[in-house]
Parts: sequence; structure tokens; C-alpha cells
Amino acid sequence: MGPPVIETRGLTKTYGSGRPAVEGLDLSVPAGSIFGFLGPNGSGKTTTIRMLMGLIQPTAGGARLLGEPMPAAARRVLPRIGALIEGPALYGFLTGRANLLRYDAADPTADPRTRAARVTAALERVGLAAAAGKRARAYSLGMKQRLGLAAALLQPRDLLILDEPTNGLDPQGMREIRGLVRELAADGTTVFLSSHLLDEIEQVCTHAAVMSSGRLITQGTVAGLAAGARGRLAVTTPDTADAVRILKEHGLADLVVTGDRVTGELPPGTDGGEPDPADLNAALVVAGVRVRAFGTERPSLEDVFVALTGEGFDVAG
Amino acid sequence: MSRADTRADTQADGELGVSGDRAPRPLWSLGLLRNELGTTFRRRRTLMLLAVLACVPVLVGIAVRVQTADGGGRGGPAFISLVTNNGLFLVFTSLAATLPVFLPMALAVVAGDAIAGEAGAGTLRYLLVAPAGRTRLLLVKYAAALAFSLAATLVVAASALIVGVLLFPLGEVTLLSGTAVPFTEGLLRALAVAGMVALSLTGVAALGLFVSTLTGSGIAAMATTVGLVLTAQILDALPQLAAVQPYLFPHYWLSFADLLRDPVYWDDIRSNLGLQAVYVLLFGSAAWARFTTRDITA
Ligand SMILES: Nc1ncnc2c1ncn2[C@@H]1O[C@H](COP(=O)(O)OP(=O)(O)OP(=O)(O)O)[C@@H](O)[C@H]1O
Ligand SMILES: [Mg+2]
Repeated sequence: MGPPVIETRGLTKTYGSGRPAVEGLDLSVPAGSIFGFLGPNGSGKTTTIRMLMGLIQPTAGGARLLGEPMPAAARRVLPRIGALIEGPALYGFLTGRANLLRYDAADPTADPRTRAARVTAALERVGLAAAAGKRARAYSLGMKQRLGLAAALLQPRDLLILDEPTNGLDPQGMREIRGLVRELAADGTTVFLSSHLLDEIEQVCTHAAVMSSGRLITQGTVAGLAAGARGRLAVTTPDTADAVRILKEHGLADLVVTGDRVTGELPPGTDGGEPDPADLNAALVVAGVRVRAFGTERPSLEDVFVALTGEGFDVAG
Repeated sequence: MSRADTRADTQADGELGVSGDRAPRPLWSLGLLRNELGTTFRRRRTLMLLAVLACVPVLVGIAVRVQTADGGGRGGPAFISLVTNNGLFLVFTSLAATLPVFLPMALAVVAGDAIAGEAGAGTLRYLLVAPAGRTRLLLVKYAAALAFSLAATLVVAASALIVGVLLFPLGEVTLLSGTAVPFTEGLLRALAVAGMVALSLTGVAALGLFVSTLTGSGIAAMATTVGLVLTAQILDALPQLAAVQPYLFPHYWLSFADLLRDPVYWDDIRSNLGLQAVYVLLFGSAAWARFTTRDITA
């Protein structure tokens, strides 16, 4: 692996006087990854992205993007980064196409000779070619989001920073964005995306980090994060009472009976691994429990997320 | 990981990467200015402001015509009595009528909205990450405001010239000092006056730009700038404040009339230009200091 594409050290931001919005953030985004940045509302995701892009000055700490310090090297670094920050922002009185032409003109490294062609390609890539001549004021939320994405794709980029890119998109649009993200990553672009949609992160991301109240709780590969939470065993049987007793004897916790289904959390094994489900199944059968279905359920990223950030979905004040 | 792997990876993730080697080019940097000018002058709001300004000479011209048809010639403000003899004086009259309020107000809309409007719409953050560069963006916005001042002045002058030609006689121009000069020289002096009027507005443009860096609301910035222009004009008219008036930006504005003397009387013109330069430097650096350090959260 090369050096991290995004690396922050003790990154901290306090707006005015109050609780820090982001505190002591040490983030490391490996090159080539699709990195999911998770956290409840108000946990500091957008604030972090604003600092990375040099829009706001960190109160403490610093960040390196593509190996260069930000915001000192902004002029060299930013042209290689495409970004969608807190939703799209457009000139309502300009057409979709004119919006992109303007954003491209703002980049001093963008060749004006290829501008028209690159704008057309970006519009096609996000499926907006047909609406390119319409004033952006008349765009729907999803169309605005697509135009914002197109602006991030005006050039080949080394890094894409996408703050909730599927916000406002229809299911078809979300699928397209996921496909697009995979495609870009396959071409070698590192993608850093924040989202609330956990199954979306689980579907596309290779790595993830979880924020809560401005602090980084964990980061790593998605597989590694999911493995951190324990799996659950699910048994379908008419003899639920016996099944619960046997499973409890074998150390399963949090046993829940719903109809003819018993589920429980697998205990941590003595040597780090979980007990072999085959042994549990055998124990049930030996005790005369009629097992109709038996299996373990992998914990979803959502389970991990809720376990890490707390069950409540309230915004931390 | 073997050494060969490391080298391959460094090549893949190193300096060039997917986006290749892209260096800023000075010529390409002008693209934003071109786009800003195009966006400003194609915007309906700008065209409306210019259209309103173009109407002022029409109203003045008709008023003078009606008044003189009444058997008038009752004096009135500077130049007006001269318009009936020579349509070219409608240019000077119209500029004198629009410079105190209409022109700076129109400019306040454009300059006040320059940064604040982009901040309010959120487009500022995308320009900055493009990356437009904060200093470059500020310069581009100031240049566009100056271009608007010049365009607005020329629109007033051109409209006045057309109305003057249609409603009044033309011919030799009698200057304020009494000397008569040929019509073509009068035309050149009219052009110089228009240039002087546009230069008189550079201070307001810098003031508006500074106000624009203070807030995230375009409307608030426009209103504040218009308020400051009106306040300065009122203060400049109060006799009790004679001591501070030489430092108010509109104080020497009407000095452009001195271009219509022979020989040209330069003192007040020089004071005007000097005062505008001070305002540009002062509010220009204030705007720069503010904008280059400000957190952009909108
Ligand atoms: N401009 C601002 N001024 C003051 N406080 C702010 C500002 N922007 C954000 N905050 C505060 O900083 C904290 C983090 O906000 P941030 O927008 O970074 O959260 P987020 O993780 O992006 O949330 P969401 O998922 O809702 O987008 C919040 O407590 C918020 O109230
Ligand atoms: Mg956010």
C-alpha cells in the first residue's frame, strides 16, 4: 500500500465557543479504498470534510491529503479531488450545463479547450444529458444531486469526497451511484463517502470509520468491523422452551423467542473463536429438541453501528 | 511486501495518479474572469438594472423638452439650461443626475451580492474547492464590479446621447468656461467624463465587496451597501459636518464637471481620484483579510 490518501492528526474544530464539533480525529484512508464515513446526525462528518477541503480552519491538529498538507497545498491538491459537500449548490438562473462550465472555469488547471467535451461527458455520466439545457432552478432534488456529482467528475480525480451522495435520489439513482462509485474505484480513484445508509456503506465500502459526538470510535475494513460484533444463532423449533434451556447452558446470551424461532448471541469462545454451531446443534438434538432450521446470522453493519454509537437515535446536543 | 511491489504501488499511488500531472496555467486562470463577466452580464438582474439606468436620460430629456416648450429656461440644476442649446449636454446632465444615487445603488447590488450571494447559495464552497483560490476569486469579483460600473456609466451616457440627438439641436459645444469647442471635441470630453464617473465608483465597489465578505446573505449585504451610500450622501450634505466631508467618498464626485472647462481644472479631480484610491486600498485589503481567513460553512 502507498501512503494514506487522507491522514489527519488530532484534527479538532470548535465553532465559536462550545463543545468541539470534531475532536482529536486521527483518520487514515488507504489509497484505493472505498471508505465509508459513518455517524449519527451532528457527529461531525461534514465538519471534518470542510476541514479536509480547506473551507474551515481547524482549531487544532492537521490533515494531509494525497500526501500534502492542507490547506497549505490547496492549489496543488484540490484540482485532483472531486467533492460533494453537504449537498449540491447551484446557480438557479443558469442551465445545468452552464453551472458545470462555471465550476470548471474556476479550476485553473482545467484546459478550456476540452471544457465543453468534459462537461458533456460528466452530464452523460450522471444521466443528465437530456436536462442539461434546463435552468437549475427547475431541477428536482435528485437532479440537483446528480448535477453536483457531475461537478465532482469534471476531471479524472485521485480522490472523491462525497458527503451523503445518495441523498434525495430514487432507488434507481442510488443503484446508479453505487455502480458509479465502484467503477471509479476500479479505475484507481479513492472514494471517501459519508452516509447514514448503513446497508449502502456495507454494499460498496471496503473500509469504514464511525464517528459519534465529534470523536472517532473505530475505523478499519468493513469485514473487520462486522467481525467485531458477535453473530447470532437462530433456531426454528416447536420446542422453544427446551431450546432456550439448552442454549443458555451453552453460554448463549440475550435469548429471544418469537413464535417458533429462538435467537441468541453467540458467546465469545475461550480461544477467541465462537463455539462451533455444529456442537450446539448436536446438543439440541441429543436433548430431543426438534430442530427445523438452524443457522447463524452475520451481524450487519447496522448492528455494529448501533452497538458503537448507542441504541438511541437522538442527536447528541 | 517485496521491494518490487512497493515500487509498483508507489508508482500507482504516487505523484501522478489518476488525475495526471495538472499544473495551473496563468492563461487558464483567466477563465474564471471570463465566466464571471459572462454570468454577470447575462443575468436578468443586471440587465434590469442597466435598463432602469437607461431610462433616466429619457425621463430627463423629456422633462427638459416639456419645460422649455412651456416657455421655461428657469435655471434648474447644473447643465439643464444648457441642454436646450446642445443635446450633448444631456450626457453631462444625466451623469450628474445618476452619479449621486442611482449608479452607486445599482453598483451596491452587484458588489454587495458578489461574495455574500455565493455564500448564501452555497456555490461559494464549490468555487473554493474547484479551487478558485480566495484571492483570485476576490479579484475576479472586484473586476466584475468595476466592469459593471463602466457598463452602467456607458449605458447612461449612450442613452443620453441618443435622446439628446433626437430631442435637441447639436453643434459647437460651449464649455462651462465660455470657450466654444467643435462637436467632436465635445464628444471626446463626454467620453472622458464617463470614464471619470466610472472611476468615481471604484471606492463604492470596494466598500460593497468588503461588506459582501462579512455576511452570508446577499440581500443583507446589498441593503447595507445601499444604506452606506445613502448615509454618506446625507452626511456630505449636512453643513455641520464640513470637517469630515472631504473624507467621504462622494464628496468630490461632481468634480467631473471640471473636465468641461478650458483649461481643465484638475484640483478636485485629483482629490477625487486620490480619495477613491484610498477607499479601494482600505476596503480592498479589509475584504482580502476577512475573506482569506473566513470559515466557509454555508
Ligand atoms: N456553521 C456552524 N456553526 C456552529 N456549529 C456548527 C456549524 N456547523 C455544524 N455545527 C455543529 O457541529 C456539529 C457537527 O455538525 P456536522 O454538520 O459536522 O455534522 P454531520 O455529522 O455532518 O451531521 P449530518 O449527518 O446531520 O449531516 C453539530 O453539533 C452542529 O451543531
Ligand atoms: Mg453532514
